Amino acid sequence: MRRIRAFFYERGFSEVETPIRVKTPCMELHIDAEPSGDHFLRTSPEMFHKRLLAHGHEKIFEVGKCFRSGERGPLHHPEYTMIEWYRAQTDYLGILEDTKALIATVWESCSTDWKLIAVSEAFLEHAGWDPAGNYDEDRFDIDLVEKVEPALKAIGGPVVLIDYPVEAAALSRRKPGNPLLAERWELYIDGIELANAYSELTDPAEQRLRFEKCAEHRKALGAAVYPIDEAFLQALETMPPSGGVALGVDRLLMLISGAPSLDQVLPFR
Amino acid sequence: MYSASDLKKGLKIEIDGDPCMITNFEFSKPGKGQALYRCKIKNLITGNTFDKTYRSVEKVNRCALLSRDYTFSYIDGGNYVFSDNETFEEALLSEELLGDLKHFIVDDMQVEILFHNERALDITLPNFVEMIVAETEPGARGDTATNVMKPAKLENGFEINVPIFINEGDTIRIDTRTGTYADRVAKG
Repeated sequence: MRRIRAFFYERGFSEVETPIRVKTPCMELHIDAEPSGDHFLRTSPEMFHKRLLAHGHEKIFEVGKCFRSGERGPLHHPEYTMIEWYRAQTDYLGILEDTKALIATVWESCSTDWKLIAVSEAFLEHAGWDPAGNYDEDRFDIDLVEKVEPALKAIGGPVVLIDYPVEAAALSRRKPGNPLLAERWELYIDGIELANAYSELTDPAEQRLRFEKCAEHRKALGAAVYPIDEAFLQALETMPPSGGVALGVDRLLMLISGAPSLDQVLPFR
Repeated sequence: MYSASDLKKGLKIEIDGDPCMITNFEFSKPGKGQALYRCKIKNLITGNTFDKTYRSVEKVNRCALLSRDYTFSYIDGGNYVFSDNETFEEALLSEELLGDLKHFIVDDMQVEILFHNERALDITLPNFVEMIVAETEPGARGDTATNVMKPAKLENGFEINVPIFINEGDTIRIDTRTGTYADRVAKG
């Protein structure tokens, strides 16, 4: 923890603290917030961080607990520690450089041979189809878990899946010059998903449309629909182009210590 | 119906009408994707195992297994006939289904039969059965070592290994779970 914090302080980031109990959890299709009285526990600090970016804070990071209802397994725990950081005037590739440097600092024996594989390329090679422009959510998720992730594990070391189909963009912006793709990457180390990064979407109109679509979709699935965070949408109007990432600290610890599951790093699980 | 999030190792479910058991279970949730429940499943009729991934919105049929007490009555061709202790209704189990257990079924034996719908799936015999040794080499007098074995034919012709002190006409106890000699009950 100390080395993680030192890494960011040395690079001129400000450590921030944002609310853990929130009125409007970030609306994502498959992430469920844990209710807490008339609030929810945050699933990510993302929306507050973007409001800080809009207010002129250019380099921020936060280490804190996030909560996701119903997620429990060898690699999941409903309460976990996330490190999230944002930088203005950069994009997902700038954030990738930060991530490489952070991993090299806190995990000296980790391979520095980072492989970048486009999502389309990985799916064509291991699942026989290209999800870009041809997206099928169920097929994408199942092939990702059954075919692509095992292949990334076989490659070993740090592998970055990059440029997701726009349907799986979440809060990332479209790739300039290719409307089918979004500037998002996910880092896998030894086949374990560790971090998710975006070139942040700063268009409030598109973000509102995505939230509305997501709300409809969640309603159809019978999942809770959260109110739209108007303060966040308003902040996007003045937010500079930025890149950001969320990295699971428990999983990082698990990887560094060579543990096979979170059981070995979370003593109170 | 179970929902996918109810699935766990050891749970019995029904797939395409067949009873199945989940032998391995893994929760998986790719980044921003939906929760997936990856299962290894064993078909309890054919014994085949296969992989299946359930999405959280999917439903899985419950497997209605029922176990009842029966008494063995007679053999009819290749089938063993048992009668229900309460209703006296007969149940036929094939030699095939019984496998090696058929050698340890004796008159009036009390058994438990597991049914899926109307189909007999499995049988549980009492843990021990007593049988008479019909044929074996004469035993060495005074040698009570139990770790030296010799073959012996039982009253029904089935052959098992017994310690060398066992003689023809002795009544022995056999562990039906392992199909092996347990101890001697009476000298012949």
